[in-house]
Formats: sequence, C-alpha cells, structure tokens
Amino acid sequence: MPEPAAAGSEVAAAGQAFAAAADLAELAEQRHLHLGDKSPTLLARRNLGRLPGPERAASGKAINAALQLITVAYEERRLALTAERDTAVLAAEKVDVTLPGDRRPGGARHPVSLIMQQTMDAFIAMGWDVGDGPELETEYFNFDSLNFLPDHPARAMQDTFYVADADGGAHSGLVLRTHTSPVQMRTMLHRDPPIYVVCPGRTYRTDELDATHTPVFHQVEGLAIDRHLTMAHLKGTLDHYARAMFGPDSKTRLRPHFFPFTEPSAELDVWFPQKKGGAGWVEWGGCGMVDPNVLIAAGLDPAQWSGFAFGMGIERTLQFRNSVPDMRDMIEGDVRFSAAFPTEV
Amino acid sequence: MRAPLEWLSQYITLPDGTTVEQISDALIRIGHEVEAIHTPPPTSGDLVVGQVLTIEELTEFKKPIRFVTLDVGSGHGPAGSDEPRGVICGAQNFAVGDKVAVALPGTVLPGDFIIASRSTYGRISDGMICSAAELGVGTDHDGIIVLDDDAVVGADARSLVGADDTVFELAITPDRGYGLSIRGLARELSAAFEVPAVDVAAGPLRAADPAVPPWPVNIADPTGCDRFVVVRVTGVDPAARSPYWIRRRLQAAGIRSISLAVDVTNYVMVEYGQPLHAFDTATVRGPITVRRAHGGEQLTTLDGVLRTLDPTDLVVADTSGAISLAGVMGGASTEISDTTDDVLIESAHWTPPVISRTARRRGLTSEASRRFERSVDPAIAPAAAERAAELLATYSGGQVAPGRTDVGSPAEPTVVTMPVGETERIVGRPFAAAVSARRLIQVGCAVETSGAGGSEVLLVTPPSWRPDLTRAADLIEEIIRLEGFDTIGSELPLAPAGSGLPSAHRRARAVAAELAAIGLTEVLSFPFVGDKDFDALGLPADDVRRYTSRLLNPLDTQKAQMRTTMLPGLLDTVSRNLARGLRDLAIYEIGLVFLPRPNAPKPPQISVSGRPSDADLAVLEASVPIQVQHVGAVLAGQAEHSGWWGQGRSADWVDIIELARRIGRSAGTELRVVAAENPPWHPGRCASLRVGDWPVGYAGELHPGVTERLGLPARTVALELNLAGFPPRTVTVPPPISTFPPVLLDVALVVDAQVPAATVGRALVRGGGPLLESLRLFDVYTGPPVPNGKKSLAFALTVRAADRTLTGVEAVEVRDAAVAVAVQDSGAVLR
Repeated sequence: MPEPAAAGSEVAAAGQAFAAAADLAELAEQRHLHLGDKSPTLLARRNLGRLPGPERAASGKAINAALQLITVAYEERRLALTAERDTAVLAAEKVDVTLPGDRRPGGARHPVSLIMQQTMDAFIAMGWDVGDGPELETEYFNFDSLNFLPDHPARAMQDTFYVADADGGAHSGLVLRTHTSPVQMRTMLHRDPPIYVVCPGRTYRTDELDATHTPVFHQVEGLAIDRHLTMAHLKGTLDHYARAMFGPDSKTRLRPHFFPFTEPSAELDVWFPQKKGGAGWVEWGGCGMVDPNVLIAAGLDPAQWSGFAFGMGIERTLQFRNSVPDMRDMIEGDVRFSAAFPTEV
Repeated sequence: MRAPLEWLSQYITLPDGTTVEQISDALIRIGHEVEAIHTPPPTSGDLVVGQVLTIEELTEFKKPIRFVTLDVGSGHGPAGSDEPRGVICGAQNFAVGDKVAVALPGTVLPGDFIIASRSTYGRISDGMICSAAELGVGTDHDGIIVLDDDAVVGADARSLVGADDTVFELAITPDRGYGLSIRGLARELSAAFEVPAVDVAAGPLRAADPAVPPWPVNIADPTGCDRFVVVRVTGVDPAARSPYWIRRRLQAAGIRSISLAVDVTNYVMVEYGQPLHAFDTATVRGPITVRRAHGGEQLTTLDGVLRTLDPTDLVVADTSGAISLAGVMGGASTEISDTTDDVLIESAHWTPPVISRTARRRGLTSEASRRFERSVDPAIAPAAAERAAELLATYSGGQVAPGRTDVGSPAEPTVVTMPVGETERIVGRPFAAAVSARRLIQVGCAVETSGAGGSEVLLVTPPSWRPDLTRAADLIEEIIRLEGFDTIGSELPLAPAGSGLPSAHRRARAVAAELAAIGLTEVLSFPFVGDKDFDALGLPADDVRRYTSRLLNPLDTQKAQMRTTMLPGLLDTVSRNLARGLRDLAIYEIGLVFLPRPNAPKPPQISVSGRPSDADLAVLEASVPIQVQHVGAVLAGQAEHSGWWGQGRSADWVDIIELARRIGRSAGTELRVVAAENPPWHPGRCASLRVGDWPVGYAGELHPGVTERLGLPARTVALELNLAGFPPRTVTVPPPISTFPPVLLDVALVVDAQVPAATVGRALVRGGGPLLESLRLFDVYTGPPVPNGKKSLAFALTVRAADRTLTGVEAVEVRDAAVAVAVQDSGAVLR
C-alpha cells in the first residue's frame, strides 16, 4: 500500500542504486528495477484506482513527484556515465587505424578491356552499334572482299598467321584476322545501310614480341555507310573520339597513306595534350573513305552510298596514353600491372 | 627508298631557302612517310680536292705506309703557299695523278677529329687523305676516296663526297611504284612546292633502226610481259671502274657498288625506277624467249642457289633454258664477270602479280621485284636501257651497238570520266574544276573538261607511270592529297538511334565486373596452345579439347594450335606470376575458344564484283571454326591473406565453385552444381555447372598430377564456363519483401554420406512451401553419435509470411512439412 513516505524511501533507494551503477549496462538494470513496469513506484501508481477518492489524490501527487525525482536521478546518472564512457572507455578502446586491412585481395580489369569499353561507350553515345566477328577468319573476309588482291604487295604488308587445312596442309583459306576490318564486310552483308558500327576485338600478326610489338593485340574498327558521308564526317568522328579518349583539347590530323580498302586513305595522328615531354602529335591509326570496290563486294552501289572506316590499336593507345614503356606488360598477365588501374583506365 | 637530296636537286629546283624540314614535311603532307633523314655529321675547315704528285712506299713498318705529296691548289699549301703538301697514308687504292679528298691541318672531321700537322713514321704529315667512313658519308674503311678526274684541284670537296648531302629514307606505299625513283619523287616535290621539274626520261631517244635488233627476243607469254627492250654495248673494257659520282650516289641510295655494268643498271633503276638486267652477251645462247618455266626446269640464280622452277614462274630463256627469273633475280650462267666485254641490257615490263607471286613464294624480294610488283612505267623501257648503255659505253670505252630490240605492246592508259562534283561528294569540300584539273596535271594526267553547269565532267588520261589511277576515287585522292588533308573540315555525322551495347557484351561486362569486384584480376593471354599443354592437363588422347585448328606458321612450334580451353593460358600466367615472386593469385580471362567443325567445307572462291550469293555465304560461315566466349579463372595460394589480424585462408574448391555460381548469377542464371569427373580436375572435387541439365562448364580443384607437372601450388583451383551457353538474360523479378517478423528454426538431418547436400536442400525447399523464406546449411557433421557412413546436415530455416505474423505452431508445421519431403526424397532421418 503506497504511502507518501514509502514513495520517498523509494526515491532514496533508486537514487542510491543509480549512483552505485558502475556503467551504462548496470544503470540499465537499475532502471528496470526502479522505473520499469514492475518497479514499486509504477506498481503503486497502477494501484491508485483502488484507493478512496481523497486518499487517491494525495497518494497520486506523492507518487508522481517521486517518479519525477527518480527519473531525474536516472537521467543525471545516465548523462554522467555516458560522459565517462565517452572520455575514458572509448579512449581505452582506441586502435591504430593505419593498420593494413587487406584481408581480401583486390581485383582488377585489364586496361585493354577498359579502353575498349570506354571506346564502345563513346560510340554508343553517338548512336553507333557494336559489331563482332570471328578471330579465325576466312581470307575472303580478311582480304579478298576488302580489295586486297591475291598477289598485291598490300597482302604482304600484314604478316599473317595462316591456318592449316584439316589434313595439316596449306590453302585452308583461313587465317587469324590481321585486323578488325572483316567485321566491316560482315556487317555490310548482314544489314542494310545506314550503318554506323564500331568493332573492338582481338587481332593477330606474326610480329615477334618486343617492347612495341605483340603478335596478339586488339584493335577498334569503325565503319559508317550512309548517303552523303564525306571525309569531313570521318574527321568529325575521329575528333570526337579523340576528345573522349584524351580530353577536350585533343584533335586529329590526317596524312595521305595507302590502304586497299579505303580511297582516299590516311594515317591518323592525334594531338595528345598529356604527352610525355609536352603536348604533341602521336601516330594513332589508319582511316579513309570506303573504297568503291569494297562497297561493290558488299552489293552496295558506290554512286548511292559512301562511307568511311578507321582503325586503331588498343595496346598502342594504352602505351602512349598511359606511358607504358613495354608492351609486354600488357600481355604477360603480371597482376601487378592491371592492379594499378584497377577498374578505370 | 633512300632518296639523296643532291640527286633529286639535279631534276628539280626548290624555292631558295627551302629547308630539309620543309621538304620532309611536304613529303609527309602528300603521303610519303619519311622514316629517317640521314645527314652526314659536319666537317669544318678545309676539305679540298688534291692531286697525287708522288708516292713513296715506306717499307720499314709492320704495314705498308705511303708518303704522298699532293697538289692541293693555290693558297692551300704549307703556310698559305701554292706548294705541295706531304701526307702519310695507310691506304693503297690510289695512284699518281689521282684526285683525292684532303683534310688540311685545322680541319675538324666528324667525331671531333682535329687534323694537325704532325710527325709520324719519320715524316711530317701535313694533312690527311680521307676515306668515306672518316667523313661520315659511308662505311667504307678499306681505302680512301678517289674522286673523278674532272674534280678541280684546290676546290672544296664537300659536295663531291656528299658531306653536305641529305638522304631521305621513305616508306613508299604499295600503290605508288613510281615513288621508288628519283624521277617520281622529283615530280612529287614539284607538285608539293608547285615548281617545275625535269623529267629525266623524257629526252629524245638515240635513233635506232628497229629492223636490226641487237638481239632477237620473242615474248611467248604476253600476259606476264608486255614489253621487252634490249640494247647492246660492245667493246667494254672489263677492268673499267664505275666513276666516283655513280658509286657515291649508289652508296647514298643504299646500294653497293659491284662492277661498272651492274652499277649502271642499278643507277638507272634508282633514277628512272626501271630495273634493268645486264647479261654477258658471250654466254647467251641464241634468241631470247620470255615464257613460263617448264615443269622441273632448274636455274642457278645470282645468289648461287640452284632453284627448281614452278610452271607459274616467268623466266627469260635462251636455247639452253632459263637464264633469269624474270623481274626477280638473274641467273649465274649469264652473269657479268671480270672478263665480260660485251653486254646485253634488258629493260622489260612485267605484270606485277606474276613478279609478286614468284618473289613472295621464294622469299626473294629484291630492289627489282619491289619495283616490278608495285608497277613500273612501261613507256620508259627504251629510255632507261639507252641511258644505261650510254653510261656503260662512256665509262668502259665501249660502243652502243646499232639498233634496239623493242617488242611487246603495253596497254595504253584508259580515260577516266569524273563528274566535277564527285570530289566534293567524297571529300566534303568544294573544288573548282580548274583546281582539280591543275592537281591532276601536276601528277602527270592529261585533263579535258566536258559539259557545263551541274553536269561538268573531267576526262582524265592518267600518265603511263600511274596504272593505279583507274577510277574517280583514285583521282579524288590525288586532288585532295595535293590540296592537303588539312583543308578538310570536321563535322559529326548524325547516326540513327542505335540499340546500345549488345547483350553478349553486357553479359561479359557484368561477369568481368563481378569477378574484379570479388578480387580477381583480368588477364589477356595468348590463345596459342600445344600438345604439351594438353598432356600437362592430363587430357586423354581422344579428349575433344585436343581437336584443334592448327597454324601453318606459328611463332612457337610448341604452341601451334588455337586454344579449345582457357586453362593453359591461365595456368601459364599463374606460373609466370609465381616465378616473379607473387604468391597469392586470383586471375580470370574472358575470350574466345576455337572449335573446328568436323568435315567443315573449304571456303569457296568468291568473286568480289558483287555481293556473294546466300549459298556462298552459308559455306563461308560453315568453313570457319565455332568460336565461342569462355570465362576461365584460377585461384592459387591464399584467398584471404594472413596478417596482423591472424591466419589467412587458402583458396579451395569451395571458393571456385561458389565463384562459378556467382558468375552465373551475374549473367542472370542460377547454375546447378552436380558432381562430375573431368580432367584436369580432381575426380572427387570437380563440379559440373549446369543450366537445367545442360552443362556449361566445370569448377573444382586441379588434379594433383596436373599441379605437380605444372609446378603449381597444391590444391590450386580452376573453373571454365562457356558464356555462350548461358540462356539470354530474362527480366529479373524480385521476391516479395515481407515486413512481418521471421520465425527462425534449426533442423538437423542424418543422411547417407553419398547424398549431395543440394539434394536434401532442394527437398526441404519443396516441402517447406511458400512460407519457407530461406534456408541455410550451417553445419556438416560426421562421427559419433552419427552412425558410420552417414552425415548430419544442419539447416537454419527462416519461416515468414508475406501478410501476417506467423504463430510458433504455424512455423513448426512448415518445418515438419519440409522435413517430411526430405525424409521421403533422400532417406533423411531427423536427428
């Protein structure tokens, strides 16, 4: 039966209990005992209803006063213990945050893949499609249809891996593609113009591996066929791609050259603002207007359609763009090389 | 092509003050790549022409030494006098009266070699007689330079020896055979600088009566040869030497001096672009015939190699048989010798592909074949032969025999009709008809204009040296390269809307990103493999992965096949990294494997004059091996590193099989794991990954024999999956996310040790129904009290409803239903 006096002694008991709690956990226990549903004060309040009216009012007043005092005592102690924890305990738990945390190894994409990815994204943003083709290819697609005549020296310009026929003999008519250009012809044969397609992929030439050559490398090829396409459109496309790869100050320059599948043909230099030793021109690839013979081989009328094509080496791009002195680092798979990038080139 | 500026300057006068850089830039601008510019190192001071007055042989030394007195011209003698100078010289290749190049005291030769008057071999040497090497104009150390007789004593010798010459080394493209000549390059510079040039081949020809040919020639194969000219020189002094100026120019052009007769043919080849061949007349038997080789016919070529000829080889033959491999290399039997006093000079025009095929097949590319396969001007064959004959006669005391053989009839260039607007259509900037015409005339075309207004056309007759100009496109290139590619604008074309990244690329990207995020590093290894790789993997002889495409000309004969599996390249890469001291490796590669089709057809010969027929295209496709995208991955060493935090953890079969599952998930497919046996994997630790029942690859621990043979860490794990075997990604539908509290229940089931955990798990899922939200196997236990041959699998079940809080009773019902199915399906016993 709660009496005002009883309420007062409970205030004292709770106050002592809170003061004796050594930490926040103990205090939480004491709170349960003195402010919880089954604490004497709350039980007393719950039983108020059974008291006769006048007594009820007086008791209620006393209990509420006690509750308020206990709550205040609790809060004071809680604040004190929290402050204590924040100063002493957390300080004691201090760790050396400079310790290494490489429990799990980090992964990485290959920068050649990343450059190809960046290239595809740049062209897709212009509305171009992405094309693919086999790496082990017919001579028809790799050479003949691209206006490389069988005994023309141009055919010897690209040192070709030839594939044996089923009996191990020569003349299988199959090669490892020397460039991504066969995808041009495949695209023209499989869809109607207008065509705007970019074809990244792996290519092969019989170069011995050294610091600047590798027999297995990657190229990106672009082909556009439409009505009224001109060299100015070629130049505009290349300038745009150059800016995507080398920054807004980049641009391209064309020099006359020879490729069997383009006429006029050009070699392509890119203005590289971050070039080692100062901004300057760097050889980047080849390009030109699609040769009428190539359009004819694809069944397109050169009087109706015109187009341009270009191609550049990805390893070469990576080499000068990211100052990689030795191309072998790109192909040997030393994980320290890719780890430097690791997911953005 | 090495083009000496001094030689070019004989035929073109460039504007005053034109620098070497300007010439180089101009050549590049019009399409001739300048690979190198060779400028001799400077010689300062007095390098003058001297004449040998006396030679005294000093014999008391270990090697022959000469003391020479020289007339070096007025004011060049000792102390500025006109007196001769005495010079010590170790060379022997000169005689009294010869003109030589003398460096006077005070001259500084290349390499900071200061010439001073000095005492040596008991005499005062008052200067130096120079060799080509000492002047940096050649590599010849064997003797000093002996100048031609017309050199003026006392004059500056620098230009005579080429010490002030610049040589441009050019990469001439295959379509521009004319660029492999001084004649052609002078014309190119003429167009680039818009100054006139002299055509060295254009002069009047010696009158020669065609009725008295100096040697009879019959062209039996007009498809291989359409012009054959012979001029004969008689009374040749076999001892006659090439004059210094010819030898010097040849040296600058990169050609060694051999003999007068050979030197003049080479000289004219470089100057005119027409390769010539000199026969010793005395060794030629009867009339000359140009024909294909007979089957089995043999010829010993100039390099001393006896060659068995092919019926496609074109030869020059006499009555004894083949005496020359046409356009490629002469024969030994008719070679110019040191007794030759009568010479036949051949100047022929061969069909480029014929020469190209022979040269390529025999690996015999020569200065001649490089020109013939790019095409040579058929119109200058007589002029070139005459020029060589005249030089030979002049310097050998011989006479050009009367008459000239000239048979065959080369094709005339055909007129190309080009609408005036065509250039703008392709290049994107307008050209006045007059500009196009002027540029075409500069490259040697004859141009007429016809029509007017919008239908104006140019009627263009290309010059005889430009057989590559056959279409409007070819003419456009000439116009724009001379106008300058830098005059073309830059305009972005408007492509129609595209369809974004193709699904196969999206899938590969998702997989690659997932693997990199998990901690693997992407590599790009060479796709070449060999039998040794398959042996190391322990593949049986009839394993389908041994059925490969083979290269005819591999770089490494041990790796002559195209990969059918990603593993050899990946394992090689692991080994390379280990050899470099790395220990914990997690690598992957995404790339094609090459799977030959049994009984694949050979690709058909297809005309390029139009679109191939659908039938031909189908055969083409069927002739190419199947090439599909695989992903491979290898983990070796620790998957989690040891460190200050404690011990790490080695990568094991659990990691690699889970990796396979995650690859599947990132590609939108839940892969099913089934125990399998397949080399190179450990037979008890290999999983087949399946889409439904369709296997798409394997994952697991490598067989210990494989890791031993390859020197890899024990328990290295690997996977290989065929990404192309994955189904197309479907739209992902997420599970309903219930916000009601879960009921967590554990259940332990005892099953036979052989029963796969996945079987039990699937049974529980099926039995649990929709209220069983998830299931997690958290313990596998064998040993007492579990009976022998059995194992206990402990699962944690999360039971939850989407629409209400479940009661304990409901949750237990779900568990019991799940267990009931597991008991029924896998013989499980509730523990």
